[in-house]
Amino acid sequence: MTELSLHILDIANNSVKAKAKHIGIIISEDTASNLLTIEITDDGCGMDAAFLAHVTDPFTTTRTTRKVGMGLSLFQAAAELTGGNLSISSEVGVGTTVTAVFVRDSIDRQPIGDMAGTMALLIGSNPGIDFVYEHVLDDQSFRLDTLEIKEILGDVAIDSPDVVQWIREFVAEGDAELSNSNQVE
Amino acid sequence: MKSLAELEAIRNKNKNQVGLRREGEGTRIVVGMATCGIAAGARPVLTAFTEEVGKRGLAHVTVNQTGCIGMCRYEPIVEVMAPGKEKVTYVHMTPEKAARVVAEHIVNGHVVTEYTIGANVEQ
Repeated sequence: MTELSLHILDIANNSVKAKAKHIGIIISEDTASNLLTIEITDDGCGMDAAFLAHVTDPFTTTRTTRKVGMGLSLFQAAAELTGGNLSISSEVGVGTTVTAVFVRDSIDRQPIGDMAGTMALLIGSNPGIDFVYEHVLDDQSFRLDTLEIKEILGDVAIDSPDVVQWIREFVAEGDAELSNSNQVE
Repeated sequence: MKSLAELEAIRNKNKNQVGLRREGEGTRIVVGMATCGIAAGARPVLTAFTEEVGKRGLAHVTVNQTGCIGMCRYEPIVEVMAPGKEKVTYVHMTPEKAARVVAEHIVNGHVVTEYTIGANVEQ
C-alpha cells in the first residue's frame, strides 16, 4: 500500500464484510501534538476476544481462498513505521473500532492520498450502508454524511454514476481546501 | 465549489431515470478488491471502468467489486461476465487497459486476448 487512503479502503471493506450498517471514517491531524489519527468505526458483527487477540497476525483471516490476511497487519506496520501504533476494540454484536496513530511529520508517514477515490468507491459499491467521513486538521474540518446526501436525493439512488462523481469531486475539494488553509498560516 | 444545491440538480436530472439502471441480464464487470488487489492498484482500475461505462451510457453494464479471486500475483484482476458467454479474466490491469477493454470487449464484443490470464501465465 502506498497511501493511507488505500489502507482505509481495505479496512473499511472489513466492516462491509462484517455486515455493518454504519461506517465512520475519521482522519484527524493535529499539528501541535504532531499526530495523525485514523479511526474506522462500524456497527458490524464484531469479533470475539480470541479472534481479536491475534487479528493483526498475517496468518489470521476470515477469507476462505487462502490462509493469510494482510489488511490489518499492513496498516499496523505503516503506523509503527512512523513511531505510532494501531489498536482495535471490538465486541460481538456491537461493532469494531480500528484506530491507527501516525507521527504526522515522520519521513515514513505515507501521504493520505486519494480519499475522494476511496469514499466514492465505498459509497458507490455499498449504497445500503451509511458512511460518515470526517477530516479534521487542527480547528478546521470537512465532513461528508451519506444520510444527508440520501435525504436530498430522495428516490434517486446514491450509487447513480452522476451522484458518485459528485461525491468524488466534493471530497476532493473538501480535502484540498483543508490542506491549502493549513499552508497559508 | 461543489455544493449540496448541485446535488439537487443531479437529483432532478436523474428523477425520471429511476429504475432504468437495474441488474438483469446485462454484462457484469467485477474487479478484485481485497488487500492484494488494492495494493496492486485495483482502485484506479475500478474507477476507470466506472467512468468509461458511465461516459458511454452503457445501461446494461454493471461494475462491481469482489473479494480475493485467489491469484494475488496477477492482481489487479478483472472478470467480465456476459450472458451466454464464457467468463473472461483479465490480469495485471491498469486504467489504460480498462478503457481498451470497454471499447473493444464490452462495446464491440472482441476479447482483448493479450490482457487475459491465458496470455499471461507465468512459467
